[in-house]
Order: sequence, then C-alpha cells, then structure tokens
Amino acid sequence: MKFMLLIHQGDTPTPDDPEAWAAVPQDEQRAVYADYMAINDTEGVTPGVRMQPPETATTVRVQNGSTLTTDGPFVEMKEALGGYLFFEAGDLDAAIELAARIPAARMGGAVEVRPLV
Amino acid sequence: MTAILEQAFREHWGRVLAALVGLFGDVGLAEEATQEAFAIAAERWPRDGVPDSPRAWLVTVARNGAINRIRRDRTLAAKTRLLEVPEAVEDVIDDAAFADERLELIFTCCHPALAIEAQVALTLRTLGGLQTGEIARAFLVSEPTMAQRLVRAKRKIKAAGIPFRVPADHLLPDRLAAVLAVVYLIFNEGYSGRGDLAEEASRLGRALAELMPDEPEVHGLLALMLLHQSRSRARLREGEIVLLADQDRTLWDGEQIAAGRASLERALALHGRGPYVLQAAIASLHAEEPRDWGQIAALYGELARLTGSPVVELNRAIAVAEQDGPEAALEILDGLPLEEFRYLHSARAEMLRRLERSGEAAAAYRRALELVHDGPERRLLERRLVELGSGSGPAGPRP
Repeated sequence: MKFMLLIHQGDTPTPDDPEAWAAVPQDEQRAVYADYMAINDTEGVTPGVRMQPPETATTVRVQNGSTLTTDGPFVEMKEALGGYLFFEAGDLDAAIELAARIPAARMGGAVEVRPLV
Repeated sequence: MTAILEQAFREHWGRVLAALVGLFGDVGLAEEATQEAFAIAAERWPRDGVPDSPRAWLVTVARNGAINRIRRDRTLAAKTRLLEVPEAVEDVIDDAAFADERLELIFTCCHPALAIEAQVALTLRTLGGLQTGEIARAFLVSEPTMAQRLVRAKRKIKAAGIPFRVPADHLLPDRLAAVLAVVYLIFNEGYSGRGDLAEEASRLGRALAELMPDEPEVHGLLALMLLHQSRSRARLREGEIVLLADQDRTLWDGEQIAAGRASLERALALHGRGPYVLQAAIASLHAEEPRDWGQIAALYGELARLTGSPVVELNRAIAVAEQDGPEAALEILDGLPLEEFRYLHSARAEMLRRLERSGEAAAAYRRALELVHDGPERRLLERRLVELGSGSGPAGPRP
C-alpha cells in the first residue's frame, strides 16, 4: 500500500530559522541531514519537494463567488505542514517505523501517516 | 441443544473469526460471515446433529458465506480482491488445515493506531464474541455510539493497513504491553462492578497464556487477575466495601488462588520481573496470613522503580505503615504529587488517625470525600469520619 507522511515541524528548529538552527549542536545538525538523506534513500520512499516555511503561505477561500486571501497557513503556524514524502510499504507498521526515523518526530514536531487510496 | 450451541459459540467464535480475517483480511466481512455461520449452525445442528469437528464446519460455512458475499457485491469486488477470492468448497476443511490465528487478531485489535476505547471494544467483539449492545452497556455508552466506534475501527484497520500478524521481535515488547493493558482494563471494568467482564478478561488471559507460553508478563497478568478474582465474593458485604483485612476468608476461592499462584510460578520460572509479575506476587502475598509487609513493601518499591508511578508509591506507603508505623508512611505520602487522587487523602487520613492527629485526619477524610463519587466507597469514608467525630471505638479496619 501507499502512504503519505506529512511532516509537521512544530517546535523543531530548522535552517529556515537561522537563530534557532544555530542553537542546535553541530553533530546534531549533521545527524538531521544524514537522517533525512537516509530516509530519502530508503526503498519505497518517494521524497517530497522541499517547501518554503509556513510563514510564506497564503490561504485562499472563496465566499459568495469572491476570492479571499489571508496571510499565513490554514492551521496555526506551529501546526502547519513542513514537508511530506510518499512511502510504498507492506503495512502501517512499516510506515510507523519510517515516520519514527524522521528527525522532526523527535525534535518537537510530529509526523502524520495517511494511507492513500 | 441451546447449551451445546452456546458452548460452541464460547469455544469457537474467536478462532473462527480469526481464521476468516486471516483468509480475507477484512474484520468486518469476517465478523458478518462468522455470525452467519453460527446462525446456520443454530438452524442445522438440532436437525442434522453436531458435526464431528464443529470448528472446521463453522470455518467452512463462514468462508463460503464470505465468498458469496463478495460475489454478490461484484462492483466492490471488482475494485478489491476479486482475483484473490478462493473458491467455495463443498467439503469441510480439515481442522488441522487452519492455524489458530487469534494471536494475530488480538494484535490487530490492540494496535496503537486505534484509540484505546476502540481497542477494548474490538477485542471484546472479535475475541470475546460479545454483542455490540452488551459492550455498549458495559461501558455506559449508547448502542449506536458503540456500533459506530466499532465500524470506524474496522474501517481504519482496513484503510490504514493495520497488519494482521504477531509483531516482529523489536516491536513485540511494546505491542504486547498494549495487548495486556487492554485485557487488564477489561478486567478492571469487570472488577469494579460488571462481573461478566472480569470473567471475559480471564478467558482472554488464559487464551494468551496458551498462545504465548514463553512470555512471563502474560502469565503474570493471568495470575494477577485470578488472585484478584479469588477474593471477589468477599469484597462486598451488603453493598459495602470490605477491606482485605476484614474479609471473610472462607469466601475466597481457593481453587482460583491456587491457579493464580501456579501462573505466578510459571512467570517467575521464566525469569519474569515485569509490572504484572510484580503485582501478581504482591497479590499472592496479600492472600497469606500473617502478611509479610516487609516483602510487600519491597515489591512495591521495585514496581515503583519500574513504572515511576506515584500510585504505586502510595501502596508502598501503606505497606510501610504496617512494617514501620504510620509516621514513616506519612513521610512517603506527603511527597507524592497526587493532590487530586482520593486514595492519597484517605491513606493520609488513616495514618493521621493512627497517630491520633484527629483534626488533620478529619480534614483529609473530607478532602477524600470531595473527590469520591460512587456509593460504597463514599459510605466507607463517611463512616470513618463519623467514627473520628465520636472520638471513641477501637482502631477499626484499615484501608
């Protein structure tokens, strides 16, 4: 089956916030990069395209036929989507194990696993 | 015949359903087909006699029913597993031809991707064979609510790819803990009033012990449930709680105590030292007279280190009170972060009462009363408070 893994950064420091990122020890930074690379190289994974941070999001609604735009993501900034990937796996357990390897899951964020139709 | 059918249902429901889930990978379909097979048995067995191998007969009938169901629903089948649908067979499958897959089923039902309420309900429905209405009543929700909970859970198992198998070794400890937690939760629901659920939990515990004979915690949980249950008839007298020290021991079930101890022995022989094994060992010590409070306190200490639970510390304090006196116990109790937990206050009250600090004891009983809702427990605390007020009488039973 195919899963989509939605990465929510939450409080996770990322290079998008240079100040917070600088506070992460060097070896931990290297580990984060190495982990993401290993995940992208995992069999069955189709990596997502890198997204700009949620601060750059624009939310669009249509009410009575007119388009309304607001600055920022649909959900709270902290809850916004930070990235995604696709994973072809035998079952949910395999997807959960991959999700647990994504650095954001251990650094203050979370990963949502969604089966695809 | 009704008795035979009921017995067959008790004995075979879980295994037949598990076999069907194994064949079709769909809990909903398996459940409908299994139910239908039992309905057909109720119709045919009285007429034709009970088949030689009832379970194999039931699996065959359920399997053929499931295949017909899939065929009937061709539009859906076209999209799903039509190609994999096995042929319906006339002959009854040999009993040995299908393995016992209840273990796979319980790990599916207790998968952590399901909410705990759903895990409990599914386990009772699929392995216990309880009807939706019975489960709803046991958990004090309406039948439609419970039906929806079950439907949603079954749908998620299918759509989200929750596996039907015993987890790999590196996942097993966590997943087994989840399974045992569900069984113990069912037991506790039963213990606090609904006796048939306690019975059901013990049945599940026995099945697990049979299916995972090398897991000490499985035997530990079974031992714990049996030892608790052995005292169930002595626990209430005319609707009032009777504390362990005051229970009529002739009401204890000696056979259950022996069975519980045998399971505990098995767990210890497997070098079990997990939370259920420790709790069972404590329950076993509680069944002895005089009680070895020093050892009970030591085991609670070990359990507290393992679980980090302040509630366990509270229990240790009560054992310490028997061993070293109320002052030592009070010292432990006063350090616990359990302000909203009524048993902290009733235990503190008890220690203060023994130390003859009546004013403080009364305040603690009142605080406990603020936090308690149900009848018998409330009345016990009220009795205590009245006794304190009268300032007379011997030191009564202890919590």
